[in-house]
Amino acid sequence: MSEKSEGNGRPTPARTKISNAVVRFAGDSGDGMQLTGTQFANEVAWAGNDLATLPDFPAEIRAPRGTLFGVSSYQIQFGSAAIHTPGGSPDVLVAMNPAALKVHLPDLRKGATIIVNVNEFTKGNLSKAGYESNPLDQPGFKQTYRLYEIEVGRLVREALAESGLSAKEIDRSKNFFCLGFVSWLYNRPIEPTVEWTEAKFKKLPLVRDANIKVLKAGYFYGDTIEAAISTFDLEPATYDPGLYRQISGNQALALGIIAAATQADRPVVFGAYPITPASDILHHLNGYRHFRVRPIQAEDEIAAMGAVVGAAFGGAIAVTASSGPGIALKGEAMGLAVKTELPLVIINVQRGGPSTGLPTKTEQADLMQALYGRNGECPLIVLAPCTPSDCFQIAYEAVRLSVKYMTPVMILSDGYLANGSEPWKVPSVSDLPAVPLHFATDPATYQPYLRDEATLARPWAIPGTKGLEHRIGGLEGQNATGNVSYDAENHDLMVRLREEKVRRVVTEIPPLECLGDNEGELLLVGWGSTYGTIRQVVEEARADKLDVSAIHIRHLSPLPSDLGATLKRFKKVLVPEINRGQLLRILRAEFLVNAEGFNRVTGQPLDAGELRQAINDRLAPARDEGATKEPKKVKSKRS
Amino acid sequence: MTTATENESSPSAPGYKKQDFVSDQDVRWCPGCGDYAILSGVQKVMPELGIPREKMVFVSGIGCSSRFPYYMNTYGFHTIHGRAPTLATGLKVANPDLKVFIVTGDGDGLSIGGNHLLHILRRNVDVTILLFNNRIYGLTKGQYSPTSELGKVTKSSPLGTVERPINPVAFALAAAATHVSRTVATNMQHMCHVIRRAAAHVGTSFVEIYQNCNIFNDGAFDYVSDRSLKIENELQVEHGKPLVFGPIDKRRAVRIRALRPEVVAYDENTEDLWIYDETDPTHAAALSYLDYPQYPVPVGVFLERKESVYESGLLHQEEAEIQKRGRGNLQKLLAGSQTWTVK
Repeated sequence: MSEKSEGNGRPTPARTKISNAVVRFAGDSGDGMQLTGTQFANEVAWAGNDLATLPDFPAEIRAPRGTLFGVSSYQIQFGSAAIHTPGGSPDVLVAMNPAALKVHLPDLRKGATIIVNVNEFTKGNLSKAGYESNPLDQPGFKQTYRLYEIEVGRLVREALAESGLSAKEIDRSKNFFCLGFVSWLYNRPIEPTVEWTEAKFKKLPLVRDANIKVLKAGYFYGDTIEAAISTFDLEPATYDPGLYRQISGNQALALGIIAAATQADRPVVFGAYPITPASDILHHLNGYRHFRVRPIQAEDEIAAMGAVVGAAFGGAIAVTASSGPGIALKGEAMGLAVKTELPLVIINVQRGGPSTGLPTKTEQADLMQALYGRNGECPLIVLAPCTPSDCFQIAYEAVRLSVKYMTPVMILSDGYLANGSEPWKVPSVSDLPAVPLHFATDPATYQPYLRDEATLARPWAIPGTKGLEHRIGGLEGQNATGNVSYDAENHDLMVRLREEKVRRVVTEIPPLECLGDNEGELLLVGWGSTYGTIRQVVEEARADKLDVSAIHIRHLSPLPSDLGATLKRFKKVLVPEINRGQLLRILRAEFLVNAEGFNRVTGQPLDAGELRQAINDRLAPARDEGATKEPKKVKSKRS
Repeated sequence: MTTATENESSPSAPGYKKQDFVSDQDVRWCPGCGDYAILSGVQKVMPELGIPREKMVFVSGIGCSSRFPYYMNTYGFHTIHGRAPTLATGLKVANPDLKVFIVTGDGDGLSIGGNHLLHILRRNVDVTILLFNNRIYGLTKGQYSPTSELGKVTKSSPLGTVERPINPVAFALAAAATHVSRTVATNMQHMCHVIRRAAAHVGTSFVEIYQNCNIFNDGAFDYVSDRSLKIENELQVEHGKPLVFGPIDKRRAVRIRALRPEVVAYDENTEDLWIYDETDPTHAAALSYLDYPQYPVPVGVFLERKESVYESGLLHQEEAEIQKRGRGNLQKLLAGSQTWTVK
C-alpha cells in the first residue's frame, strides 16, 4: 500500500525497523478471530517473513457472547529471521471485547500495545467479563500500555450503511477492520486478503465488497487518525529461492498421503470418524476425490479402523485419522492389522487427555499408547512430525514404510501442529522419493507369510488375483503358510519376527543431527511439536555461551540406531515433553541413561522461559564460579 | 432371478464344481453341528453364481460361525468380534468388483456387532450377510445371546435371563435393508434357494439361518426343523402367492384384519387373503413380527428392493469429479491456491 499521505500536508508516520513481532487476536468465538489470524498470517508470509502460529479456541461451537470461556484467540510471531515458535508475550493484543481483554491481559508486558473495540465495552459486557468498572479508565492503564480505543462497531456500521447487508452481517465484518488496522501498523500487504475475499465470496458480491471495504477502512484508519507516531516494518526473511505457500499440519498430512498414493498409483481409502482436532483431515481429503481418494465417514472409530484394514486387504492405500480417545477404541483392530501384516497409516492428532480431556488443546501424552496400547506384543512403526510442514514428509514416509514393510504405521501429530501454520517450500514432484509397491501374482511361489529376506515383509496378495486364494485372520498363524497354529515354538518365533520386522526400519532412519555440538554438558532430547520451542531456547542459550545442544527424534519406533551413542556423549540429558515423562521413561529403560524430564501438561506449547530456566538450573554448577544466589525465575506465563 | 454380476456365458466364468470351493483345512465344528449343512449348501451354490472364484471373499467375525472362511477355498478374512461388516465395507470401497460374503452369528452380529450391522444395511453395501442364529454363544461355551428367549437358563444366566430377545429379520428391516430372508439349515433345498437369491441381489442381502447348536442349545428350532412338527409351524413365503401353511387336511392362511395378523382356515372361498408382495416394506415389516408359538414362522424372502448402493455411489462421484476436474495434478495440489516466489 502507498506510504504517501493523501496530500493533506500531514507527515507520514516514520517506519521503525524491527526484526520480529508477536500479535495476538482475541475475541468471542463468534468474532472470526481464527479467520483474522489466518489472513494476517497469509499477508505476513506473502511479504516474505517467516512465521509460526498458535490458534487457541474453546471446545464449544458458539459459547454465549461475552463470556470468559468463550474467548478464542490466534497468536502469530513473524520476523526477518527464522521463527520457531508463535512467541511468548504478545507485542500487540487485539481485544474485541472485555472478556478477551480480561483473559489475555495477564500475558502482556509493560509497554505492550492493546487495540480494543470500545463499542463492546458496555456495562453488560464488562459485567459478564467480571469487571466492576471499565479497566481502560483505571488510573495508570494508559501509561502502562499503549492503548488504541477504536469504535470499530460504529465505524463499520457507517462504512457499510449503504452496503445492502443486514445488521448482523455488518457486525460480523468487524474482524476485517481490525485486520486492516494491524496490517497498516506493520506495513504488511492486504492484497492477499483482498484476493482471498474475492475468491471466497465470488457468488456473494455484497458480502465480498463489504469485507474489502471494511478491510481498507481499517487500513486507512491508522493514517487518518494519525494513530501512531511510527509504524513498523520488517525485512523479508532469508529463504532458499523457490516457490512457497502457507500450510497447516492437518493440510500437510492430507497432502502427504495423496502425494504418496499418487506416486504409488493406488486409490486412497480414508476411513475416519469426526473428532477434534483431526476432523479437518477428513474435510481436506474430501476435496480431492479426483485423486481417487475414497472417504468413508464411518459410524464410529472402530468401524473407521475396520474399514481401513479391509481396504488394505483389498490393495488400497488405507489411512485413518483420529485423536486419543479414538485411538483407544481402535486398539483391537490395530492389533488385527499387525497380526495380518497389512499396510496402513493411523494418524493420532493428540489432544489433552485423559478421557474427553481438552479437545482443542495440545498435548503429547499418547506416546506410550502408541508404543504399547494394544494387547499382546503388538509393535507398530511410530513416527512424529516436528513442525506443521514436516507433517507432509512424515505422512509421505508413513505410506512408503507401510507398504515396504507390510505393517501399520502410526503418526503422532498434535493439536498445535494440526492448526498451526508456517511457510513451506513446495517440493517438486520429481524430487519425491519413489513409493514402490508390488502385488503378488505367482501361485507357484506364493505363500501368505513367506517373508522378504531383507524387510521380513510378507507378500501383498489382493483378492481378485487368480490362484492366490488364501485366508488370513487374527488367530496366530504358522510362519510362511499362515495356517492357524497354536504351536508353542511357532508363537515365540512369530512374536520375534513381527518385532524384528519393525526393528529393521532403523535402516531407513537418517543419522541424528545435533543442534549445537556432538558432545558436551547438557543435551535436550525432544520429539513432536516441542521442536520450535526447544530450538529457539537452545539457540538463545548457546548465544549466551551455554554448553547445551539438542536433538529431535522423529522416529519413536524403532528408535534411531545412533541415539544411544549420542546420549552417552553428554553429561546430562533433559527431555522436555508435554506429558509426564514418556519418552523420558523409554530413554532411561533402553539406554540406562540418567535422563531427567522437563514436564508441563497445560494444554499449551511449552513455555520458552520456563524451559530456559530448566536449562540454566542444570548448567548452574558448571556455569557459576562463586555465585550463590538462586537464578531469577522468569515471571510471565508465556514468554 | 438371475445372477448379478457375471452370467454363465461369460468367458471368464469357468465351470466350477462344489469341490472347487472346499479348502484343504480339516473342519473343526462339533459333530452334529448345524454349520456343516450351511457350509455344504454354500459350497453347492457358489459354482452356480458364474463368478470367478478369485473374486470371492468370505469375511467373518468371531464365533463358531466365523470359522467359516477357513473351510472355503476362496479369499477369506477371519476378523474381530462384531466387526466383519466394517472390513467388508472398506474392502468393497477399495475394490467394488469383489463378491463379498459376511458370515456372522447371533452374538457376533447382533450383540457386539449390532451397530455395524445396522450401518452396513443402511448403506446398502453390495455384500451378502449370512447370520447363523443358534440362540446361544457356542464358542465361549454356552452363554445366552441377544436372540435367546426371555428366561433362558444358561451358564451366564443360571436364574434365567431377564431380557427379551431381538428378532434379526425385524432388525434388518428396521435398518432399511434391501434384501431380507430367513431359512432353516436343515432344509437344504430351501436354504440353497434363499442363498442363491441373496447372492443375486445387488445391495446388502441379509439372510437369517436358523442353525442348531447340538452341544449348547440342542433342539432350539425343532418346531421348524423336525419333519413332523414343521408342517404346523413353518410358513413358506412366496412373492405373489397367499400366505398359506399347514398339512393337506388342515390348510390355514395368515391374513391381516384391522392391522392385526390372524390365522384362518384356508380353502378356495377364503376372503381377503394376504397375497404377499416381497417388494413392499410394509408387508415385510408386518410379516417379520410373526413368530412361534402364536404364529407359524415365516421363511423365505421377506423383502427385495433395488436402492442405491454405497460403493457404487462413491465410485460414481469419483468418476464424475475426474470428468469435471480432470485426474488430480499432484504438483498443482502441492502448490495450492496462494503461493509466492523467493528469488
